[in-house]
Amino acid sequence: MPVRVETFDSLDAAASALRSTRSARFFGGGTLLMRAANHGDQSFDTLIRARDPSFRHIRSESEGVSIGAGVTMKEIIAHRDLSFLIPAAQAVGGPAVRNMATVGGNLYANSPYGDLAVALLVLGARIEFVGQGGRGVEIEEFMRDRDRHQGSIVRAVVVPRPRDPSSFRFVKVSRVKPKGISLLTIATYLPQSGGRIRGARVAYGAMGPRPLRATAVERLLDGQYLDSATIERAAAAACDGIEPRTDSLASSWYRREVVGIHLKRLLTGDRR
Amino acid sequence: MARKPLQFQLNGRHQAVFTDDGQNLLDLLRRGVGDLTPKYGCGQGTCGTCTVLIDGEPHLSCLTLAETVDGRQITTTAGLAEGAELHPLQTAFMDNFAAQCGYCTPGMLLAAKALLDRNPSPTREEVVEAISGNICRCTGYEPIINAILDAAGRRNQRRYG
Ligand SMILES: Cc1cc2nc3c(=O)[nH]c(=O)nc-3n(C[C@H](O)[C@H](O)[C@H](O)COP(=O)(O)OP(=O)(O)OC[C@H]3O[C@@H](n4cnc5c(N)ncnc54)[C@H](O)[C@@H]3O)c2cc1C
Ligand code: FES
Ligand code: FES
Repeated sequence: MPVRVETFDSLDAAASALRSTRSARFFGGGTLLMRAANHGDQSFDTLIRARDPSFRHIRSESEGVSIGAGVTMKEIIAHRDLSFLIPAAQAVGGPAVRNMATVGGNLYANSPYGDLAVALLVLGARIEFVGQGGRGVEIEEFMRDRDRHQGSIVRAVVVPRPRDPSSFRFVKVSRVKPKGISLLTIATYLPQSGGRIRGARVAYGAMGPRPLRATAVERLLDGQYLDSATIERAAAAACDGIEPRTDSLASSWYRREVVGIHLKRLLTGDRR
Repeated sequence: MARKPLQFQLNGRHQAVFTDDGQNLLDLLRRGVGDLTPKYGCGQGTCGTCTVLIDGEPHLSCLTLAETVDGRQITTTAGLAEGAELHPLQTAFMDNFAAQCGYCTPGMLLAAKALLDRNPSPTREEVVEAISGNICRCTGYEPIINAILDAAGRRNQRRYG
């Protein structure tokens, strides 16, 4: 079925077109939408694009770095203020995909995709929408209720910089090296004060339908020294409260068995 | 269905064509312009044989909305050789037996060109990374990696075009 494409100079105009057009999707980098169109997806018949340059900014603000939703993985990797996000942006696809894939699209990607979103979730990013003033929503709330935001356009994400870069860690586990689809992705943010972890955040990708927090692990880590006993306890609880998904790459059982091992390796700095 | 006028540079030559609404760049290049060097493998972004350079950077043409290349520079494998003289990467691919069936070769060549244009002396690891979005079912990759390293070495001996 042919797809109609409508292009607007401003994001506001694109947002109102998106609201008033049935079966329309907002077009980011198109890696998932073009793939769906090539595959004969009938769930949309209109693509809405915006040429608005304000959509592609990367800007340091007091709260963190504001990244336009139209920024690509490649642009994140190249930007000096975003070096902390390189491991996550670099994990997305191969070089050609990274030239095309946008931040906005990654927020809406279903598992096993959404590797960057896992990092944004663990760092506590905030999502801003076009045409909605105020502070937008916390990424956590966005992820929990993402379908509700289906008809809106994300303008930007504001990512707090990790206070100490070494407090943020990220790993994507896949079967194919150097690049494959995620079996599971883990990001941890463990800021320390006086040697103890304060405000632990741990997030997984490809474990559920979309990125999620591992709250049981967070509770075990909070207030502790990151020593081997703590790491063992965290690894043992890695899947508590989480029902991992089964897909063509791995079963729920397999993910449950291995997530603790990969969490332990990440926490001990074992990069094999 | 709407047809939209579109202008871009293809291998240094100006092109003015019409694109169908929603058409992908691979289809436009093959059916609209008649450049058959970018191949159709999967249409899903997975195989990489449709890779073209847009403003020097690798893109998957099957996932690129054709109308987004208005005003941009596109390079395909058809633009590598100069007359009868092959591009050093093409020569290195032949000398290293880096093509068997050859279906992946156009994408491999362009992914490699994007790398060498930016980084004339890549490590083996950087070569592997640069072609990580390109699948080859025949060679086992080693001859391709060797060919790209070989082309980089030759380029550093004499000037590389
Ligand atoms: C070969 C291949 C490999 C891939 N590998 C990975 C990988 O390793 N890791 C990974 O995370 N992903 C991967 N992906 C998936 C995808 O490329 C990325 O998730 C990418 O970030 C999606 O962004 P996009 O701009 O291309 O999305 P699009 O295709 O443009 O859009 C995807 C969805 O997001 C919506 N959307 C896009 N932008 C916005 C916005 N600003 N506001 C509201 N909605 C929006 C669209 O309406 C659509 O529903 C891969 C894809 C391919 C084809
Ligand atoms: S045809 Fe485009 S990646 Fe396979
Ligand atoms: S040579 Fe046959 S796919 Fe690479």
